[in-house]
Amino acid sequence: MKLNELFEQGKFVVTAEVGPPKGVDIHEMLTDAELLRGQVDAINVTDQQSAVMRLGSLATCRLLKERGLEPIFQMTCRDRNRIALQSDLLSAYALGIENVLCLTGDYVSLGDHPHAMPVFDLDSVSLLEAASELQKGRDLAGKELKGNPDFCLGAAVTPGAEPLEPQIIKMERKVKAGAQFFQTQAIYEPGKFEDFMKAVEYLNVPIMLGVVLLKSAGMARFMNRSVAGVHVPEPLIEEMADAPNRVEKSVEIAARLINEMKDMCQGVHIMAIGWEKQVPAVLKAAGL
Amino acid sequence: MLISEQKSLDEILSFLWGETKVFLLGCKGCAEASQTGGEKQVLEMKGKLEKAGKEITGWAVLDFLCQKALVKTGLRPLEDQVMSADSLLVMCCGVGVQAAATVVNKVVHPACNTISLGGSRGEWQGDERCRECGECLLDLTGGICPLTACTKGLLNGPCGGARDGKCEFEPEVRDCGWHLIYERLKQFNRLDRLRDAPSQIKNYAKMEPPRELRTTARWALER
Repeated sequence: MKLNELFEQGKFVVTAEVGPPKGVDIHEMLTDAELLRGQVDAINVTDQQSAVMRLGSLATCRLLKERGLEPIFQMTCRDRNRIALQSDLLSAYALGIENVLCLTGDYVSLGDHPHAMPVFDLDSVSLLEAASELQKGRDLAGKELKGNPDFCLGAAVTPGAEPLEPQIIKMERKVKAGAQFFQTQAIYEPGKFEDFMKAVEYLNVPIMLGVVLLKSAGMARFMNRSVAGVHVPEPLIEEMADAPNRVEKSVEIAARLINEMKDMCQGVHIMAIGWEKQVPAVLKAAGL
Repeated sequence: MLISEQKSLDEILSFLWGETKVFLLGCKGCAEASQTGGEKQVLEMKGKLEKAGKEITGWAVLDFLCQKALVKTGLRPLEDQVMSADSLLVMCCGVGVQAAATVVNKVVHPACNTISLGGSRGEWQGDERCRECGECLLDLTGGICPLTACTKGLLNGPCGGARDGKCEFEPEVRDCGWHLIYERLKQFNRLDRLRDAPSQIKNYAKMEPPRELRTTARWALER
């Protein structure tokens, strides 16, 4: 099922994500994914997140699909050139994967193979362009395909970026290149999110609020120090620090943020980062 | 030597769209030797642009445009001609275009594609680097090369990894190239051109110097 069909029906779309393991033991990942069954509309599968080498996104998407779960295939441009990227798009479609999230990807230095060759032959915009071309029946070299794929293409945006204007310019270029929906980087400031949503209203594209579960005050401070475009306000950090039960507090804060911002946007994307088991509780508390 | 070739007149005129006054800047170094930016080519360009309805406010052919100090001293006596122009058309390699963009507070357009490093990096001493990609993008990106200024070499805008104008890779020492490009385009009111540009996809085949070039005596001498 393509995600754009849900947006067109006016549904508030809910997604979460699973991260493939470093190794071939898929038991825990599938258990986490199983908890999301019936709770979310689709599940993002990250692509070597933070440039750490792992089981692949494409194979994991297929594993979910076989179990009747709807995957969103995350693709980054860090590790493959345009030949491999286009080929993997064709492979994905042949394996029944219909939703693709096109990303640039973290730099190799952030991961566990910092000496690897960073590719970036394409970037998020030109990957969307490539996927759009494949859908029209030809590849980036202009060669005709035998059977063309038909995806719902997504992209990412950072609503908390400063300055915001370059993000919006790039977002517009992503829409022109074929992006049909956006999932945002985490944002903890409803006022800022509202400003962002107003600024991009003219693009008329569904936007899903990104929520990263706060696991501790330390994690929040780390994000403020190290994650571009993410700012956790001090009162939230204090709330986490003072909480007798971190898990309950984390769920409560995530649900509160969703409630404050859900009327501004068309969906929510929950990034649990190891706390996948808490996603159903967040959705329940948020009334979704 | 940085070997360059001139872009087509059509492409150059597309850069100058909406502008009437142009200052021409050539280089007595590699560009003169490449026959793309010496006095002869600058005067030819002047004729072509005047024919196309442009006013040339002045021109200069300086020693080594890759040397910012030389660009500054060379242009000082011509300041009025330079500053009365809408933009500069810089006829040399990508290093010289970027050096001119750094020194002169004006829109700069590249007149050439840099196709090979040949045997030398020129006199360049600064941050302005050229990867001799053979299809110069400096017009779109405000005279700052996204291939070399952005760690990932992204051509279509910033990734999500920049913080306070610094790159996620070595934030202590490395600026986000796209932040610099954004600031410069904003300064010259040229963000709309970036917004409306088609998705840029590099032709890496142009990174290899053309076969004809590699069979010349000049190429053999430089090796």
